Amino acid sequence: MSKHETDHQGLDSEVTDKLHSQAAALVEQLNAGDYAAAMTVINDLSEVRDRSLYREVGRLTRSLHEAIRNFQIDPRNDEQSEALSKMTDASDRLKYVVKMTGKAANRTMDLVEEAMPLASSMRDEAAELRDEWQRLRRREMKPAEFRALYARIDTFFVTLNHDANATYENLSEILMAQDFQDLTGQVIEKVTTLVKEVEEHLLSLVMMASHVDKITGTVYEPVDEERKTESAEQGVGPQIKADELGNVMSGQDDVDDLLSSLGF
Amino acid sequence: MNILIVDDFSTMRRIIKNLLRDLGFTNTDEADDGNTALPLLKSGKYDFLITDWNMPGMSGLDLLKEVRKDEKLKTLPVLMVTAEAKRDQIVAAATAGVNGYVVKPFTAAVLKEKIEKIFERIE
Repeated sequence: MSKHETDHQGLDSEVTDKLHSQAAALVEQLNAGDYAAAMTVINDLSEVRDRSLYREVGRLTRSLHEAIRNFQIDPRNDEQSEALSKMTDASDRLKYVVKMTGKAANRTMDLVEEAMPLASSMRDEAAELRDEWQRLRRREMKPAEFRALYARIDTFFVTLNHDANATYENLSEILMAQDFQDLTGQVIEKVTTLVKEVEEHLLSLVMMASHVDKITGTVYEPVDEERKTESAEQGVGPQIKADELGNVMSGQDDVDDLLSSLGF
Repeated sequence: MNILIVDDFSTMRRIIKNLLRDLGFTNTDEADDGNTALPLLKSGKYDFLITDWNMPGMSGLDLLKEVRKDEKLKTLPVLMVTAEAKRDQIVAAATAGVNGYVVKPFTAAVLKEKIEKIFERIE
């Protein structure tokens, strides 16, 4: 009996009840020799099968649709809401992630490129002034040179204050530019959730299909599928779990070891 | 010295360009995959090629193979800077004639070391 219940998993009890009662009626009519009535029952039976199939497909379609419709994120400002309202599917969202990360990386590099010359000019000027200062302390400086140094130190303090402020501003903007991680992280998590939901629904679709095969008694010839494998020639991208995979180098040191074993 | 940087991500090209500038290499050009890089390389202007592996169009490995096939380019030093880190891939790149291999993410120090090593060997 328990095997019987397993076989009916996934089917409505309404459907199984009907199957039971109609099967009984079929046997009864066959025994009674009423073949016309038996044919009608067989028709009814296949109709029950079709109906339960349609119902199951309908249910899956609805939940898939629901999963896609629920796939929204809360925009925080006008710019985002404009950007996000256009996004109705995962690929758009992922494109948004690429755009956001690219924007943040470029913003950060703009600020770094601005700040680096300031830092190096502060360093250079400080080094020169230190040397001059040492000369002054060693009393090697002529009065005219001292006057020039005096003015230069004055200018240096003003510039130093200004440049240090600008650098500080840049650093805090760099800090702010990291907010992409939060935004893109949320989007990626939503996409991950959708992928999981779709996977679950696909799985139940596959399971249902196997039920349908079982009910209808369909047997398929095994199909030789040409599986699309990742091509190392074309490149496979970053290794996410390098530590867990034996054939993957876990860092530059491993790569160097391998190359030196190849005579590099 | 003229250097061609090939990567499909402009941010990565920019990072490499900045690191090279810090190392004193200021003449750099960029291309976003093998197909755009190859004609540039064939102009004969470049002394050094830095390329990613995984790119749409022509991959870095195919670009390397094309370079090694070309009579004029076959001795061009090539550094691969890539996230590809499978043993077989590194062996394939070495077999194809790469001069150096840096895995992403990398540091400025590693890039510098590999570039210097390549030029030491050439000189």
